Order: sequence, then C-alpha cells, then structure tokens
Amino acid sequence: MKKRIVILGGGTGGTLTANRLHRHHHDYEVVVVDQDDHHLYQPGLLFVPFGLAHDQDIVRPRKAQLRPGIEFVQQAIDRVETERDTVVLANGRELAYDVLVIATGAQLAFDETEGLTGPGWNEKVFTFYDLAGASALEQALASFEGGRLLVNVVDMPIKCPVAPLEFCFLADWYFTERGIRDKVEITYATPLDGAFTKPVASAALADLLAEKGVHLVTEFNTGEVDGEGGRLVGYDGREVGFDLAVVVPLHSGADYVGRSPGLGDDLNFVPTDKSTLQALAKSNVFALGDATNVPASKAGSVTHFEGEVLVENIVAHLEGRPLSDAYDGHANCFIETGFGKALLIDFNYETQPLPGHFPASVGMPLLKESRMNHLGKLMFQWFYWHALLQGRDIPGIGASMPTSGKEQVSA
Amino acid sequence: MSTAVIAGIGVDLNDEGFFTDPNQWTKEMAVEMARADGITELTPAHWTVIEFMRKEYFEKGTGPTVRVLGKTSGVTVKELYELFPKGPAKMAARISGIPKPKGCI
Repeated sequence: MKKRIVILGGGTGGTLTANRLHRHHHDYEVVVVDQDDHHLYQPGLLFVPFGLAHDQDIVRPRKAQLRPGIEFVQQAIDRVETERDTVVLANGRELAYDVLVIATGAQLAFDETEGLTGPGWNEKVFTFYDLAGASALEQALASFEGGRLLVNVVDMPIKCPVAPLEFCFLADWYFTERGIRDKVEITYATPLDGAFTKPVASAALADLLAEKGVHLVTEFNTGEVDGEGGRLVGYDGREVGFDLAVVVPLHSGADYVGRSPGLGDDLNFVPTDKSTLQALAKSNVFALGDATNVPASKAGSVTHFEGEVLVENIVAHLEGRPLSDAYDGHANCFIETGFGKALLIDFNYETQPLPGHFPASVGMPLLKESRMNHLGKLMFQWFYWHALLQGRDIPGIGASMPTSGKEQVSA
Repeated sequence: MSTAVIAGIGVDLNDEGFFTDPNQWTKEMAVEMARADGITELTPAHWTVIEFMRKEYFEKGTGPTVRVLGKTSGVTVKELYELFPKGPAKMAARISGIPKPKGCI
C-alpha cells in the first residue's frame, strides 16, 4: 500500500512541500487540506494600500498550484489526533496518515488587543496584514490629507518582521509623491528595543527611518487601542496619538492546533526541532513555515529553504533512515525602501544580517539601498508562482546561507 | 562581558547586565538586583514570575515574551507591569538571572 502524506495548509509551505514530494517520489500518496481555495501571495499585501497591487494580482486558486495527482481537500480542520495518526475534519471526515505536515501558518489574533476592532476599526484603525484590511487601507490613505500616521507592531513574533518598516518607507514615498509629505507625521512604535531584532541591521534601519523623517518609539507594548480618542495606550501607561493607525496584531497558530492534544504551545504554534523540522509531538509529524515555533523569521524565504530539508527528512523517516539536521535558519528578505529602491538582507540562526553581496562577492548589495534589489523584489513574484511553489530550486540560491560575499562587522 | 559581585559572589554579566550563565544565579542575588532596580521587596507574585521565567528558559532556551508571560504565568500583563515597571520581559529576565529574551524573528 502507498504511504500517505497528509499536508495541512495549502499556502507557501504546504504547496511547495506537496509539489517537491510528488515531483521526486511518485510512490507516495500526497493529500493537501485547506479550508478555502484562495492562495494569497502574502508579500503582495504591502503594496495594496499604496495602490501598487490589487487583490486580483495576488490571489490564485490553491488547487491550481498543485501538481496533477496531488489530492486537494477543501475543508476546515477540527483537530489532529497524533495517537491515532488521524486528522479529523470539520465535517467529520477522518484522514489517516503515515506522515503529517503542519503548514497552516500564522493567523491574526485581533481579539488579544483591547479595543483594536472596536470604534474606529477600518475607519481610523487598520491593518494591512490581510487582504480586506489592506484594501480598506488603500481608500483611507488615498483620502488622507495630513496628520499623524502611526504604524504599530503589537507583539513579536509577526510574519515578515521587516514589513512594518517597509510600510513606513513606502508611506514616506507615497505622501512625497502626493505632495503632502510635510503635512504627515509618521511614527513607528515597536515592542523591540530598536528598529529591528538583529544589531547591525537594526542600526542601519534606524538610520534609514531617521533619514526619511520617521519617528521611532521603542519598547512600546500596546495594551489598548482607543480608536475614537485616536491613541494607543501602552501597558506601561505611555500613550501615542494618531489620526490614522496601522496596527499589526498579535499572531497565533491555527485554532485547530489548540484543539489537538499535545500538538501546540500557548499561542498554538507547533514546537518543532529547529534543524530537522520534526515536531516534538511525535516522530511522524513535521512542520514548516509560520506554523512552527523555530527561532527564525516567519517569512516565505524561511519556508522555502526549510522545504528542502523537510522533504528529505520525510523520506528519511519513511525509509527508516536518520534525519538530516541541515536547516540552518537561513532567511533572505528584500526590504522595500520607497522611490524604486530596496535593501536585501540574508542571515541564519548564527549569523545576523551583514553588509556585502549576495549570493557571493559579485551579486546583489546587502544591507544597502539599490534599484537592483527593488527589481529583485518585483521579479520575485514570478519566481514565487512558477519556481518556488512548484518545488523547483532557484539557480544559485541554496537552502544553506552563503558566507562568501559577507563582510564581518562588529555590532 | 564583565564580572560583578552580587550578594557576595562573583558572576558573569553581559554589557546590558544580563547573566551569561543562569546557573550562577541564586535567590539572594535576585533580592539584591531587584532592590537596585527599585523593587524594595520581592512578593510571592514576583517569585511566581521569576520561577516561571527560569523554567521557560531551561525548557525552551529563551525567556518568554510579555504576551506569553501574561497568558501562561498566572499573572496578567497589567500586573506584570506593576510588578516590574521598567518592562517585565527584560527587567524580570535580568532579576531571574537568564539572558535577555530574544524577540524571535
């Protein structure tokens, strides 16, 4: 009998895992489960509020991204029973598996922040982390004639930790283009003690914020959003006022993880070995992407690089061989900085983002604004649909972080 | 990295005053560090948080974020700020003798 691999989630991680498995290992039955058939290109959300992308550009059917022969089940998940190696769907159907892959990502936990979706929600208080929010914000920005724009991250971890900074940079560009930059005060309030988590990049990004006239408020832990009064109130009593707030809500794992005995942590993320990507719950359960608790960015590039090791380890597990511990935390992110430019950062568990070039000494500039990086970011969308999701390798870019083009700098 | 004497014993601290080796920590040190940070007395609620922080660190390799603390330590986020007014995650981590929590990315 064919071994059955059930993959929960038909986003970046689930799709590329399914396609990679199916491409190289025909003797497995591969099933992908998702509650809907809308595959969202999440990096595109950043551009929607500025009118640079629209929903029809960044959403495609999930099923169409899967190779023929992969079964797609469109149904919500009730729970996983790891003791019985079975997934129970919301309609009662049961799916038994030999190997389970958790790829259901992170979701926005709006309710965790007092007042966030209260009075003023989608009028003065927005998020761009989902399509509805990003689209609503496009209208609000278009009619914004000046005042205080506040960009706030409620708490870490969030998907794409650089996206809120990119939002600030693009807002600076957007209001400059509209000729009202001098009437708009932009503030970035973060729970971190700097612009970013890693020291060298944090300093570079703080300089860039200052250069673009964006005020930085650090160690701000949002306790309450007062939409009517136009202020965020921190747990420590500090307040930041706004006329328009763009809030990145707390993230959590999927709800069904919480209903599955022994599978998730307190925020429904799945405790996972950071090098092998095997879930701690049971040896035949694996996880990748935003759904895990591994200490890497919640970013598509991380998911992509994890996919290579993950598929190798699923096969090793099924064939009774030892697992590879090759995933090194590699992440690679373009940071859009406005005016047709972008930065590129490349890092892993051990090495923070450093200046230099990627992938080798002749290549794209790291931690430095350039037009080439902006074009790279735009081109990436093509790669995403046509190479990355298909489980193809991108020439010259491997799962492990390259070191040859990086300059050593002390923090 | 530097060495400091807390409660009569030499310990290793990083540049921001966090322990580099949590095994060097003692409860007496917590009392002394808390006092230096303006907390005159460590109440049972403080100790609940300190013990939780250390447990999380030894299990997961990093101290919890404020949010996780509020959800799982049995002390709400508001109370955490009353107990450790200079920011619970960092202040409590320092007093608990564990490295600075990574804002994981």
